[in-house]
Amino acid sequence: MSDPARESEVEAKARRGRNIALALGLALFVILVFVVTIVRLGASVTKQPF
Amino acid sequence: MAMTEAVPTAAANATSANARAPARWQDFIQLLKPRVMSLVVFTALTGMVCAGTPVHPFLAAVAILCIAVGAGASGALNMWYDADIDAQMRRTRGRPVPAGRVQGADALALGVVLSMFSVMLMGMALNWLAAGLLAFTIVFYAVVYTMWLKRWTAQNIVIGGLAGALPPVIGWAAATGSTPLNAWLLCAIIFMWTPPHFWALSLYTSEDYRKAGVPMMPIVAGAASTRRQILIYSLLFAPLCLAPVLTGLGGPVYLAVAAAGGLVFLLLAWRLYRSKAGDAPAQRNDDGLYDVRASARDARNLFAFSILYLTLLFATLLAEHVMAIKPLELL
Repeated sequence: MSDPARESEVEAKARRGRNIALALGLALFVILVFVVTIVRLGASVTKQPF
Repeated sequence: MAMTEAVPTAAANATSANARAPARWQDFIQLLKPRVMSLVVFTALTGMVCAGTPVHPFLAAVAILCIAVGAGASGALNMWYDADIDAQMRRTRGRPVPAGRVQGADALALGVVLSMFSVMLMGMALNWLAAGLLAFTIVFYAVVYTMWLKRWTAQNIVIGGLAGALPPVIGWAAATGSTPLNAWLLCAIIFMWTPPHFWALSLYTSEDYRKAGVPMMPIVAGAASTRRQILIYSLLFAPLCLAPVLTGLGGPVYLAVAAAGGLVFLLLAWRLYRSKAGDAPAQRNDDGLYDVRASARDARNLFAFSILYLTLLFATLLAEHVMAIKPLELL
């Protein structure tokens, strides 16, 4: 593992970019699963006989 | 980890030479082979639309995203395993792993994680038949083609072509939960298109493959045999492209495009068969896939037209179904 104190500006920038991309990817996945659940649940609820 | 130790020596050397270059997020996107991904998305979308079953727009978008991510994941696994080959070929030596910007283990992790996420999401959002087909496609490309066929047999791209041919079937399955004859017809068209397409390319890039030790057809069987096999596959491929008109998939516009394009395809395959393409070594300049020396132009022409023809076939099918043009159904 590299020493953070010796990390160059280029390395820090690259790492920050990777972290932001990973965070966005995870957030997108959570939102996708949430909306898929709502859509599938909604379709099932409307088919229920009341 | 035993699997990561399989990352080959040439790539390891390249990696150590460039160890100081930090990996940017764009390098991880490059691992997903975005250009291949766009073709996969296009054919999968065509399969989904041709299925003719209404799907919730959001779920349809999720299905396409899953197929795209699954294709990208198999691309990352391919780049992890083939880093030694990629390092020796002009077309691929700038890829993130052989160039040393991304560690092989990171490419492997990205491929495995995205494979699991895409298959699970497809199963939850659409259906498990589509998810199973997606999982099969990823495993077939990453394991059967990349780890086994590619380094073992000159039939590598023939059999391995199944992985590239399955996305329309996955799209169809995502929309309907089934895979009827017409879905497999789309798969068969891409499957039969693959050998003439890749062998035409390999006729003028065979020196790269030879250096890397990949048994492509021109190296194993010679250029003349490859040109003959391209012609045979073309003679099977062109009539197959007309089949959707018989099965109620293609309409009059598709018939016109498939027939006219098929004739051009056959003409180019015939010219290639009569040419000397691939007979002399190192026929390609360094300027890209389309800039070749005069003797390889017939191979280049078929390669370029094959991309255009397949794109036109699927675009026409897509347009006919979006515009509700009635299929001919001649059978």
